Amino acid sequence: MRHVHSLRIGPVGFRIGSDWRAPIDQLRALYRDYPAPRDGIADFSVRLFAARPWRRVLRPSITLGGDFVLPEAAPLPLALGLLAAEMAMNLQLALGGRRYVLLHASSVERDGRALVMTGISGAGKSTLAALLMARGWRLMGDEFALLDPATGMIHAFPRLISLKNESVPEMERALPHARFGPLMPDTPKGAIRHLVPDAAAIAAMEVPATPALILFPRFGFEAAARPVGPSEAFVRLTQASTNYTAMGERAFGALTGLVGRVPGIAIDYPSTAEGVALVERLWGEAA
Amino acid sequence: MLRDARHEREEGAAPRYVAAAPAALRIVALDSLTAIFHRASGITHLVESPVPELLDLLREPMTADALLERLASAYDMIDPDVTVLAERLAELEAVGLIERA
Repeated sequence: MRHVHSLRIGPVGFRIGSDWRAPIDQLRALYRDYPAPRDGIADFSVRLFAARPWRRVLRPSITLGGDFVLPEAAPLPLALGLLAAEMAMNLQLALGGRRYVLLHASSVERDGRALVMTGISGAGKSTLAALLMARGWRLMGDEFALLDPATGMIHAFPRLISLKNESVPEMERALPHARFGPLMPDTPKGAIRHLVPDAAAIAAMEVPATPALILFPRFGFEAAARPVGPSEAFVRLTQASTNYTAMGERAFGALTGLVGRVPGIAIDYPSTAEGVALVERLWGEAA
Repeated sequence: MLRDARHEREEGAAPRYVAAAPAALRIVALDSLTAIFHRASGITHLVESPVPELLDLLREPMTADALLERLASAYDMIDPDVTVLAERLAELEAVGLIERA
């Protein structure tokens, strides 16, 4: 690999190599305040390489590589190199992580207690987490919450926040002084722009939090809240975990313990403003 | 049919079942459902009553008939039916939560 950058997000170290300079320069700039992997050793290696050797020059197209690969992952054009790098890092962690139960969820922290939000793509996990960060919560992550089977604590993974479509202008308005990546208007998931987590999120990224509330948000419906019992929460969280099966009994113990201790609530919300208000009200009631 | 069944029982051919060894399972009651981790297969099962009760009773081997008797005496059963119970036992055997003694 001609171009390389190493960095750590929460407890996870990455080494990203690329045939091209541009994605690595973008990563280096956006992750400039993040530390290097512990002892200089990355947990995961990510490679962005030319799909065919000649494509590096003729019609640049990036194929994702690493220790764990999805055979059907389609090459992305070089203009989406940053997105490709982020996707590849997610993929390595999602498929290869064994130390933590990986929950496809966003999480924020207040007073040492974590609020975990999980839902399908488009449910508003990232947007709610970013808006809560703008309101003074500590962002722990917009994509993965790391559940430690040994302690039951949630560890942060504050990668760049991936904003999609309408949430891009909304967060540009909410955080006019924040740092953003380039706008990528035409990705397979629509318009994407990355938002750099604020200084508090980066400074505290090694500090875990005790999970206190699990929300299952759904965007685009009349405001409503419904308790989710332990067995339903358990099923939803196993589905939201990328490594539940691979982790075996440790994940079983961690998730049954989590749903036994922490209340779950499904929420519907028609707008992000109402969503944030509902989340903060429920948090106040649960605290 | 009835005579065949009785004949089988007299011959001792009715299968006796026993729960998988306690060390083979990890059982966590969640609410109305119970999560069971089957260590040998690594598969998680989410079951409702009376499966946890069945596993508990089947710590000692017994036939479906004997099990039904024990269930009926321990719990209020609306419509005890050995055929239905036998179907449940076959399902549990298929996933390894119980086995033939």
